[in-house]
Amino acid sequence: MIENAKQLAEKADGIRKEHAGRSKIGILVSMGTCGIAAGTTPILNAIRDEIKKQGRDGEVEVIETGCMGLCHSEPTVEVFDRESGASVIYGQVTEQQAAAIVESGSKPAAGATALSRGWYYPEDEENKDNALQARIVLRNTGRINPQSLEEYLVQDGYAALAKAVTTMKPQDVIDTIIASGLRGRGGGGFPTGKKWAFAAAQKNDTKYVICNADEGDPGAFMDRAVLEGDPHAVLEAMAIAGYAIGATKGIIYIRAEYPLAIERLNIAIDQARKEGLLGKNIFGAGFDFDLELKYGAGAFVCGEETALIHSIEGMRGEPTFKPPFPAISGLWKKPTIVNNVETYANVCAIIRKGADWFKKIGTAGSPGTKVFALAGKVNKVGLVEVPMGTTLRDIIFGVGEGIKDGRAFKAVQTGGPSGGCLKATELDTAIDYESLKALGSMMGSGGMIVMDEDDCMVNIARFFLEFTLDESCGKCTPCRIGNKRLYEMLQDICEGRGTMETLEKLDTLSRTIKDTALCGLGQTSPNPVLSTMAQFKDEYLQHIQEKKCAAGVCHKLITYTINESCVGCTLCARNCPVDAISGERKGRHVIDQDKCIKCGVCFEACKFHAIDKS
Amino acid sequence: MGDACSCGGCVGSKIGCDNVLDKFPEQKADLEKYMDSLPIGKEKEANRGLLIQCLHKAQGIYGYLPESVQLFVANKLGLHLSEVYGVISFYSYFTDIPVGENKINVCLGTACFVKGADKVMAEFERVLGVKDGQTTENGKFTLGGLRCVGACSLAPVVMVNDRVYGNVTPAMVGDIIADCK
Repeated sequence: MIENAKQLAEKADGIRKEHAGRSKIGILVSMGTCGIAAGTTPILNAIRDEIKKQGRDGEVEVIETGCMGLCHSEPTVEVFDRESGASVIYGQVTEQQAAAIVESGSKPAAGATALSRGWYYPEDEENKDNALQARIVLRNTGRINPQSLEEYLVQDGYAALAKAVTTMKPQDVIDTIIASGLRGRGGGGFPTGKKWAFAAAQKNDTKYVICNADEGDPGAFMDRAVLEGDPHAVLEAMAIAGYAIGATKGIIYIRAEYPLAIERLNIAIDQARKEGLLGKNIFGAGFDFDLELKYGAGAFVCGEETALIHSIEGMRGEPTFKPPFPAISGLWKKPTIVNNVETYANVCAIIRKGADWFKKIGTAGSPGTKVFALAGKVNKVGLVEVPMGTTLRDIIFGVGEGIKDGRAFKAVQTGGPSGGCLKATELDTAIDYESLKALGSMMGSGGMIVMDEDDCMVNIARFFLEFTLDESCGKCTPCRIGNKRLYEMLQDICEGRGTMETLEKLDTLSRTIKDTALCGLGQTSPNPVLSTMAQFKDEYLQHIQEKKCAAGVCHKLITYTINESCVGCTLCARNCPVDAISGERKGRHVIDQDKCIKCGVCFEACKFHAIDKS
Repeated sequence: MGDACSCGGCVGSKIGCDNVLDKFPEQKADLEKYMDSLPIGKEKEANRGLLIQCLHKAQGIYGYLPESVQLFVANKLGLHLSEVYGVISFYSYFTDIPVGENKINVCLGTACFVKGADKVMAEFERVLGVKDGQTTENGKFTLGGLRCVGACSLAPVVMVNDRVYGNVTPAMVGDIIADCK
């Protein structure tokens, strides 16, 4: 049991000493969901076997860690030297490389692919080598074993909670968070400290601290990475929030689809309770706090805080009108704050290092960093944490190393189903909450999908509308019916039935939905339509006037024909799933346009560039 | 609720009959034990807060939530069946239809979509002869879509039961199905 702040410091020092004497070389193996999917488990075993085989049990230690963010190169392994601090990260590791990796220690192993790190830790070091990425939220993910409280304590774990409850008044904590300028990382960007202040001002014996871990944006997975890689950071921050607003109970509302995160959170909660870091009289300061997990069941709208609260209460996750805001009347009608995982993951660093330190990173209006899940047609897909104010170009062409297969950049989608698309001319925008909003998109939870010339923007808008339709709770008419009509109109345009009138109606209806929908989901659902219409009007016009899809995506608008390069190899005919291609062997083939389902299999199968797509 | 063996609810599921409660006493005991461990009281509102976790447990046991199970949970918590059904029908994770032996889920997240997940889905639909959300007649496969498993670097991704297939093309669909047998 850790009974006071002094004992915490002593314990952390003790563990540091013990670690220093334990092994010289540490090997971190990335064991997040994506790492495991990419096959890290056999590699972990191979490295363990190899250490035994080489007789280096005492000298080399294997540490299972969370996601390093280098998804493009999974499975990833990092080898570091405790004495010199030197380290090397390997990507696309195979079982065969295990021997060389164990043998080489912190020097690059022959035959394995070493990667550059690309980030620095603002809390521990100065900006090294002008790294583009700065890790505050992802400070521990990929660096410690998330299932070990000891390793968290070594990284100053629970020091922020100790500082808050033993040296600060609740109001001081709130003032610090307000001064830091921290804003909600889940989407809207509401100032976190203000939210806390509202709840703190309520006189009530029971208040709640909720963590929104129902990451719903299809294409964002930073919250999962934090929960899997650094669960204690979230628990600690929630306890700090509890102290600040006067709550003794916390609830983490987590997606049932994140089994590994749930498992690691449960382990972390047990560990914290055993050490008295959760429970009664934390750090002897007379502050009680405990928390439990509640599972979501697959509803995007539950990212909206009133809907989330209804879901915890066991009801359908339908939003209600605000005010009253949850900070006044939330869970079981008690004052409640709801923040998302990434927001909480910033709190401990702010308390430890102070508001002024935090404000030095990022922009004036949006201090700190933001984690983006960079995906799509970019070379280096992964989790990226950059200071606010970094340009899209630096993220996509710097960290992401440009577009796949040398294709041309077309657009980047931010903000998920509530966001919009930005085009090449906006690549030099320094991104923060305001700049993205001004461009018709939004920060959202941090999905960042890069698209190239092969993507059709009308089709992308239709994709997001389909998502919204699926996820609309159906409570208010603008969202339930309006989005359905939007979707149908986009479908018409994609299938060649669109007219100029459709385009006009699309615009009017989008604006009406924005103005009249009940909750955040509905109010932002037309954003993908409005933003693509504003940025890529020519594509809409092409679909409508020329009945053409330049990207070659919209099936109904494509025609496949066979040109004179055909040598009659019959490969296309054999691959065609509907037998639409006929022709003699060694003679030019023909596609029956009435039978063709435009699947494109022939186009991909042909080795002679004999199939034209138009 | 129909007779024990003529309700037709057993298509393709290991525990498929709607009368699952009587047919599988061990599973029922398991669910009952779990629910008895919860702080169920007289207050309806507070009991409702336990509903979703009970449904998670029940679906974990039976694979789906037939009417008899819904009624059992409702009675235990002092809720109406309609309230329980309202929750089940709202959340996409819950289902009251038996699922097939193999669950094939095509990720339809944005990253997978821009990499061609729609084509993969179309191919599964064509080969299996069912639409998104349906189960094949022989009860072997349930085809579904899901939103982002967070393995965007492997896009497009298909999850079959617990196994993840990455960089899937329509041409791989046949092999993936063959893998299940």
